[in-house]
Order: sequence, then C-alpha cells, then structure tokens
Amino acid sequence: MEEKISIEEIRKEENLVFVKTKLLTDKSLSYCPGCGHGVAHRITMEVIEEMDLWADAIGVAPVGCSVLAYEFMNIDMQQAAHGRAPALATAIKRLMPNKLVFTYQGDGDLAAIGTAETIHACNRGENFTIIFINNGIYGMTGGQMAPTTIPGMKSSTSPYGRDVKIMGNPLKITELVATLPGTYSVSRHSVHTPGNVRKAKKAIRKAFENQKLERGVSFVEIVSNCNSGWKMTPNDSNIWMEENMFPYFPLGDIKVDGELVK
Amino acid sequence: MTEEIIIAGFGGQGVLSMGKILAYSGMMQEQAVSWMPSYGPEMRGGTANVTVILSDGRISSPILVEYDTAIILNQQSMDKFEHAIKPGGLLLYDPNGIIKHPQRKDINIYSIEANEEAAKLGLSKIFNMIVLGGFLKIKPIVKLENVILGLKKSLPERYHHMIPDNEKAITRGMEIVVEKNVAN
Amino acid sequence: MKELRLMKGNEAVAEAAIRAGADGYFGYPITPQSEVLEYLMTEKPYEKTGMVVLQAESEIAAINMVYGGASCGKKVMTSSSSPGISLKQEGLSYIAGAELPCLVVNVVRGGPGLGTIQPSQSDYFQATKGGGHGDYRLIVLAPASVQEMADFAKLGFELAFKYRNPVMILSDGAIGQMMEKVELEEQKPRWTDEEIVEISPWATTGKTPDRERNIITSLDLDSHRHEKHNEKLQAKYKKIQENEVRYEKIHCDDAEYIFVAYGTSARICQKSIELGRKKGIKIGLFRPITLFPYPSNALRELSQGLKGILSVEMNAGQMIEDIKLSVGTTFNVEHFGRMGGVIPTPNEVLEALEQKIIGG
Ligand SMILES: Cc1ncc(C[n+]2csc(CCOP(=O)(O)OP(=O)(O)O)c2C)c(N)n1
Ligand code: SF4
Repeated sequence: MEEKISIEEIRKEENLVFVKTKLLTDKSLSYCPGCGHGVAHRITMEVIEEMDLWADAIGVAPVGCSVLAYEFMNIDMQQAAHGRAPALATAIKRLMPNKLVFTYQGDGDLAAIGTAETIHACNRGENFTIIFINNGIYGMTGGQMAPTTIPGMKSSTSPYGRDVKIMGNPLKITELVATLPGTYSVSRHSVHTPGNVRKAKKAIRKAFENQKLERGVSFVEIVSNCNSGWKMTPNDSNIWMEENMFPYFPLGDIKVDGELVK
Repeated sequence: MTEEIIIAGFGGQGVLSMGKILAYSGMMQEQAVSWMPSYGPEMRGGTANVTVILSDGRISSPILVEYDTAIILNQQSMDKFEHAIKPGGLLLYDPNGIIKHPQRKDINIYSIEANEEAAKLGLSKIFNMIVLGGFLKIKPIVKLENVILGLKKSLPERYHHMIPDNEKAITRGMEIVVEKNVAN
Repeated sequence: MKELRLMKGNEAVAEAAIRAGADGYFGYPITPQSEVLEYLMTEKPYEKTGMVVLQAESEIAAINMVYGGASCGKKVMTSSSSPGISLKQEGLSYIAGAELPCLVVNVVRGGPGLGTIQPSQSDYFQATKGGGHGDYRLIVLAPASVQEMADFAKLGFELAFKYRNPVMILSDGAIGQMMEKVELEEQKPRWTDEEIVEISPWATTGKTPDRERNIITSLDLDSHRHEKHNEKLQAKYKKIQENEVRYEKIHCDDAEYIFVAYGTSARICQKSIELGRKKGIKIGLFRPITLFPYPSNALRELSQGLKGILSVEMNAGQMIEDIKLSVGTTFNVEHFGRMGGVIPTPNEVLEALEQKIIGG
C-alpha cells in the first residue's frame, strides 16, 4: 500500500528538497513560462552564494529580455545600454579589481550591436566573466533574426527561414572569442535538463574561480530556448533546440585553461 | 609690456620649441605667456608656426592677425606674414632659402645667417637657438638667465647636458644678427 | 604647494584630473584632443595614484566604461572631440538618466560630419540642450584659458558628485592646443573604498549585509513612476540653475555695448575691446562660464543700461538664442560668427559690432 503524504507534511522543513537562494529576490520572474533565462539566473546566483561572494558581486544587465535581471538578482547591479555591458564591466573590474564582476547578455546584445565591445574586452583579457544566453533570436523585441539565428530558422525578419545568401551567416561568436589571447576558458552549455543545469552551474563556478585567479575572460555560453519567439510550447522548443541548435552550436568545452580544445 | 610674436618656418626647424623656450623664459620672469601653434592640415606641406605672447598684464587673444615681431624661416612664411607685422614692428629672418626679400619700409628688418652658422659650428640641432639669440639682441624682452632657466624647464633631464651648447648658440646669434632696414 | 607649469589645455585638464584624485579615464584618439590620452599614458598615473587609464576600442565603449565606473561611485572621465562626442550621446543619456557623476571633455572642432579639426563652437546646442535622447541636461563649463581647463577638471568632478549629474567641459581646439601658464593644485588622494561608500551610498560597491542592494538603471517601464523620476531630474536642474551660475564681466562698468562670448571667442573679444576702446567705443565683455546653467539673470540685469549686444560665436548663431531668452527679443542683439573652424579676427569682430549694433 502506498502511503500518501499530505501537503502540510511536504511543507515541513525537514522534507524540503529545494530552497531558493537568498540571492534571488521574491519578485516573480518576468520571463515567459518555460524560458531558460530563469534557470540561468538561479544557477548564477547560487554559485555566488555558495562561493560566499555576495558582498563582492557586481553584475551588469543587458538590453534584451534580461534587461530587468537586476529586479531578480539580489546583488549590486548595473544596467547597460544595448551591447555595452562588456565596456561597463571593463571599467568596474579595473576600478575594483577585488570584486566579482560579470555580464549577463543575450545574443543580439553580445553578438550584434555589442560585437566590438565583446571582442575587445575578450581580446584585452579583461578579468571578468561573461554569461551569454544564446536563444538564436531577439526575444524582447518580438522574435526578429539574431546574429545566432541558424540557417533555415524562422524569425519575424526571416519569415521564410534564414537564407544565408540573403541574410548572411550566423556568427559563432563563442568560437571566435575562443581564438583570442585574452580568453582563458570558453564553453557552451544548456539548462534544459537537470544534468545540463548541473554542468552549466559547474562551468559558471569555474569561471568565477578563474576570475579570482586573474586569468582573463571566462566565457560561458548557454544555448537556451525562446519558446515565445520560436512560437513553440516549452517542451517542443527544448526538443527543437536539441535537434537543431545543438548540431550548429555543439555543447562542451571550447577553450580550457587558455588552450583550445582540439 | 606686451610682445606679440609669430615664429614661422618649416617643421623640423625647431619653430615650436623656440616658441616654447621663449614662453618658458617669460614665465620665469613672472609674465603671462601664451603659445598657440598651428596644427593639423595647416601643418601639411611642412610649414609650422606658433604665436607666442609675453605680457606683464593679462593676455587677451592668444590668436592674432597682427604681430609686434615676426621671425621668419622660410619663403612661404615670408609671403604669409610680412604684411601681418604692425607698423614699427620687427621682422627677423634667415635669408637661407629666401628668394623674395622683404619689401616693407615701415618696419625694422634684421637678418641672421643662422642656418649657415649652425652648419659651421656643427650644431644644426640648435639652429633655432641662434635665431633666438638674434631676436633677444634686438629685443631683450627676456633675460638670458631666464632663458637658461626656461631651457631647464622645457628640456627633459636627459638633454640637460646640451644646455651649454644652447647658451653658446644664443650668444653667437646675438653676435651675427644684421640690421637691414630701420622703420621710417 | 601649488605648482606653475607651461602646458597645453589638453595636458592641463589631464594633469588636473590626476591631481583631483580621478579614478579612471577612458578615451579614444581624435584630433584635437588626443593629447589628453597621450599625456596620461606618458604620465602613467596608474603607477602613481592608481588611476586607471585605458584606450577604448571606440568612443561608445569609452563612455560606457565611464558609465560602469561612475556606477561604482568612482571619479571617472572621458574626453573627445565633436564626432566622438556624438557617439557618446547614447551613453550620456543613460548616465544622466541613471543620475551618475562623471566628467566629459569636448574639445570642439568644426562640423557637421567629419568636418574639420580646427577649433569651433558649433556643438553649443548639443552640449547645452541635451544632446542625446530624453529630457536631460549636462552641467556645461566653458573654459577660456588653459588655467580654466585645469580648474574645471576639479570643479567638474565636484559639481558632478554634488548633483549626481554628468558635467561637460566644452572647450575647443584652440584652448586644447595652446600652452599657457597654469597653476596646478596639490595632488589630492583618491577616495578610499570607505569614503566612496560614505560619499555615494547609492554606488554598486557590492551588497553588504548592512544595506539593500544598489541598482543603477535608467529604465522604468511604469510611466507614472518614470514621470516622477523625470520631475525629480527637472527639480535638480532647477536647483543647479539657482545655485551654480558662473560668469565673468570685463570692462562692463562703463560699457554702452557688450560682446557676449565664451571660450576662445571671449579671448578674441578681449582684443577687440582693446582695439575698440582705443577708438573711444565703450565696449565690455560678458563671458558665460557655465553654459548650462546659463547666466540669464545676470545678463538681463546688465542689459538694462546697454545700447546693444553682439553675440560672438564660432558657429552660425547658437548661443544667441539663450541671449534672446535672457534679454528679450526686442533688445538690440545680433550675432557675429565664423564657421567651419575659422577663428574670427579681433578686427572683424569689432567691425561687426560697429556695423550690426552701433550703426544698425
Ligand atoms: C540602440 C538600441 N537599438 C535597438 C534596441 C532595441 N532592442 C532591445 S532588446 C533587442 C534585442 C535583444 O536580443 P537578445 O540580446 O538576443 O536578448 P533576448 O531578448 O533574446 O534575451 C533590441 C534590438 C535598443 N534597446 N537599443
Ligand atoms: S521572449 Fe523568449 S527569451 Fe524572452 S522571456 Fe520569453 S521565452 Fe524568454
């Protein structure tokens, strides 16, 4: 006979299996249900809590769906102009070298309008961390083509699918920054399964540890879904991501301890 | 006393640094000074000029169209500035490379063979100091000791060993400057 | 002990910034202001005071570095010339919106477009009326000498922090490039971390247990709340207008006519006054030192005893609008200017006064 546990029982402290980190505010997330941004926020904040760096952390929010990241991340934060987060972070880290500095950016922000800031910060070897959410689309503005929209993928500005002859190629910015001497670790992850979340979290932790050791830029890409922009259910979007995004943006390490992975 | 000077010639003749040393010298005797160089495309084609003003009072405009003194070191500058000298003012020039000598009768004109002299002394680098010496002979607006102080201020430490040569050049300039025309 | 030096305007503003205890400079080369960055890279303040100096990849990056540094309560600055300042407008709008202190130096050259590298005052509107998007103001200081380039670095930082507002030093190529005697103040120490927390408790210095987290943003999606924020900004600008007006009057006591001019134009007008007074014309100069806040009341008062005003500007007539707002449109006010990097001569300024104001 199966024993049924009452709701009251579940809510008892000793039965709790998950506690939300103090580094997330109680504000409910403005992201669409099923969107990867929320998980990426959570693991980033958990790592900071686990490393006991609350008082050191300064984050820079982008322009994009995560423009309001500062509403949810309960740490000191700055909100940058579109694409300029690496410039802000450059100054923050240089002026306050003992702080833990990171940017949190989408693909339009990091790889289109902010390409110059991204590449130059990475090339200079600025000692901060970049968390890059690649959902292959401009979520915030309603699903337009992004620099990481893959060939054939539909968006509101590539309604028949991205035709590289007309619209040009997607930009593998992560592979690109990995070739720069100023990046120390570059890797690609996802947050759509528990196993992948654990790996992504480990990568963020490693990136922050590298920063403490003053190794240069650690760059963590998270390939994520944008179920709204892709016009799919959350579940379908995750399946579509596995089948279409991962072959183009393979997960794993790209640069480890300053060396490109063969 | 206010002295408004234009120094003009080729880049590389030390036009700007002569102006700078003059300005420093004025500063050493507690005068107000300004040094306004030509810059950018104006300097293409190799000409350079600088307006230097020394004054016991406040300096009004650092940019001028009329000067008490013009120190001219090439033909282009002669063409441009001979007519910008105030009546009764001073024109000092090095005849080397000058094809059209100055014509004005209402200004005082002096020449100085500084280029030739510098070559003779084997000190082409301090050609401009010979010219400066010539100018100070005609218009002793700054004391020699203040010029030396000015040199010390404007030259980086590693060039201080050259100060005696500079002093020698200034003295030589004072000896070789020649009067050409007295304002009528 | 104060120190006397012969310096270019561009060098003076850089040296004075170091001495004012600046924490960071972020810039990108452009004539006629590259000496600012060159001077700093030569002086290496990062070895002496710990001041960060960085050549950014663009003016856009530079102003955003300033944004980042200012958000941390640091004394940060950038400098550029007109085309570069246009690129910085986005960042300046954000900085003004987020109410951050910083210093921006514009060594103006002639425009529009790539224009010329010669001195100009054609960025007056851009500097004083906003420049970027949104309802905001910069505090604008107009130096007319190398000494003021130095003085305004310190004053600029002071005003920036007093009002949590960006301050612009609106200079021009002539003042940037010329050398004059400068009296430099003693080196001030940079603020310590503790001082920064005390002076700028709003800064993102890391959330310590004793306070709520600090957020720097210019965004508010609730328009009513955002209107309140705008009202707060406007109230601040009003306070600045009440308290921070600066100007200079030269030979105005017995003047029948005055020039109104700032920066290099004001210097030229002083020569025109020498020339004019020799001819028996009673001319003076009213020199606005703050262009925002504009010294309207002082000018209005002064105008009561005058027969006419000539606005002398190195542009097509921009400041004259503020003069007319000050003294009224029926007053005898005319503009004389040269454009495109041409500097007016003292004689032509005097002639313009004689023809447009005295004769007119
Ligand atoms: C200068 C400027 N241009 C355009 C915009 C409009 N805009 C806001 S967010 C955005 C794209 C964001 O896409 P991404 O970085 O991929 O983030 P996501 O929303 O997908 O998370 C754009 C184009 C802007 N805010 N500023
Ligand atoms: S639009 Fe896309 S990226 Fe933005 S919150 Fe929704 S699902 Fe996420």
